[in-house]
Amino acid sequence: MSGYSADPRIRWTEWLPWLAAIAFFFLMPSYLSLGARILIFILFALSLDLILGYAGIVTLGHSAFFGLGAYTAGALGAHTGVTDPLVQLAGAAALSALLGLATGAVILRTRALTLLMLTLAITAILLEIANKWTSMTGGADGLSGVKVGEILGLFRFDLYGRTAFFYCLVVLFIGWWVVRRIVFSPYGAMLTGIRENAARMHAIGAPVYWRLVVIYTISATMAGIAGALLTQVNQFVGLNVLGLEPSGDILVMLILGGVGRLYGAFIGPVVYLIAQDYLAKQYPEYWYFGIGVLLIVVVLFARGGILGILDVFLRNKKTV
Amino acid sequence: MYSLETRKLCKGFGALTVADNIDFRLEPGARHALIGPNGAGKTTFVNMLMGALAPSSGQILLGGEDVTRTPQSARVRRGLGRTFQITTLFRNLPVLDNVALGIAERDGTATRIWRPASSHKEIIEEARSLLAGLGLADDAPIRVADLPYGKQRLVEIAIALGLRPKVLLLDEPAAGVPSHESEIILSNLEKLPSDIAILIIEHDMDLVFRFARRITVLVQGTVLVEGPPDEIARDARVHQVYLGEQGHA
Repeated sequence: MSGYSADPRIRWTEWLPWLAAIAFFFLMPSYLSLGARILIFILFALSLDLILGYAGIVTLGHSAFFGLGAYTAGALGAHTGVTDPLVQLAGAAALSALLGLATGAVILRTRALTLLMLTLAITAILLEIANKWTSMTGGADGLSGVKVGEILGLFRFDLYGRTAFFYCLVVLFIGWWVVRRIVFSPYGAMLTGIRENAARMHAIGAPVYWRLVVIYTISATMAGIAGALLTQVNQFVGLNVLGLEPSGDILVMLILGGVGRLYGAFIGPVVYLIAQDYLAKQYPEYWYFGIGVLLIVVVLFARGGILGILDVFLRNKKTV
Repeated sequence: MYSLETRKLCKGFGALTVADNIDFRLEPGARHALIGPNGAGKTTFVNMLMGALAPSSGQILLGGEDVTRTPQSARVRRGLGRTFQITTLFRNLPVLDNVALGIAERDGTATRIWRPASSHKEIIEEARSLLAGLGLADDAPIRVADLPYGKQRLVEIAIALGLRPKVLLLDEPAAGVPSHESEIILSNLEKLPSDIAILIIEHDMDLVFRFARRITVLVQGTVLVEGPPDEIARDARVHQVYLGEQGHA
């Protein structure tokens, strides 16, 4: 809950994800690369939650920004000799922001199905560009040889993924903090208003279109940063960061966790990626089946996602 | 200078004309009613005034300035407020937030992106005192969807007042409200600040004749007659439109 009636103070439960991440670091040292991947997708899901969950913009094209960020960091590291990870992040953020602004300004004049198709078209176009522009992107083979230097000139990316994990954790923490500020701010309350009733927002004098363009750009920037992190952690970019599939994946993760609530973006990627990791080992050919069943269960029985189930459970306990 | 004025306002949908050369004037501080049988084009007229619908031709002036091509949000910022015939609220938000969102748009707080909304005490205080004025003080934390319908109609008015409008368009403020509750709405309308020019569209003739000091009768998109309530009540053409219909039924 955000808005004028909400208490913006951080509750103790909100520290749990961070404690869990630090515990994970010490208890599961051989899973740190999966851990970093989860942190990156949480950041990606958070960026999607900002526009889908709060502003009500339904998109199948959020991978456009994730992918552009990934390729920007990759191209900087592989072709230009810019190896400072924070400079790569900044470059990815800037280009993703530009793309968010440029495409948002065009497509946010439309709504519903038209909007959905336009978002999909944009990421499909980017996928095709990445596929064909082999000198820049490596095409279908992917972009390898991405050089990533030491963070702040101090922390080298090590073989075990320790630095990578903490690096992603810090960036995610900053991203979470920014999103949390936005969500609880008057701007966040206003976005909820647009999602709830756009006609009413027009009638109270809100230039709805511009407000959406701004949040879309912010969200695109965050998604681009998440994409750049993935490149830096893997030192490789593949075509699978663009197109329908990663857009669909992140949407599924967010729906699993719970749309329109800050921590749905945390739960979803954890459950999805761990299930994927486990199921893909057990049933390499059928692992998507498990994800599919999970999604059907959540959509049919728990519209608020996994966090929604928790809510109902806690409320029942209180009343009993 | 009039608070709101239309000159030869027209709107057609294909062969259907829903507004036909409407010349209309709203005086500062007016209590003006727009009545007419179903399908007379009343809501279309309001939607054109607000900017939700573009006229085919003609002019709309707000406080003497031409706003015919001005977008809705800019008209609202220039002091034009409305309520909806069909309740149009943030149903899943608390009553307080419904009003606060409007106040925040008016004073420019809505675009601030860093400080928590709930720390903007001045907005919350203003919303609370507005709600108190309409007898909704205890309902502030309640989700709008959980309010009785009559109170939802009052929230519509509260949101509009939060915009501090110079001109207020009330589109059937008592629509769907049982008659014993419409009394509460009327008494609240009578308490509205006298410097706001109000145009009310209403089917409830009791309410119209008690509230309005001037009445415009709209029939098939044209102004049939305009005048003070007692004149309208005596007018043969108005009887024809209202009673004539009943006679045929």
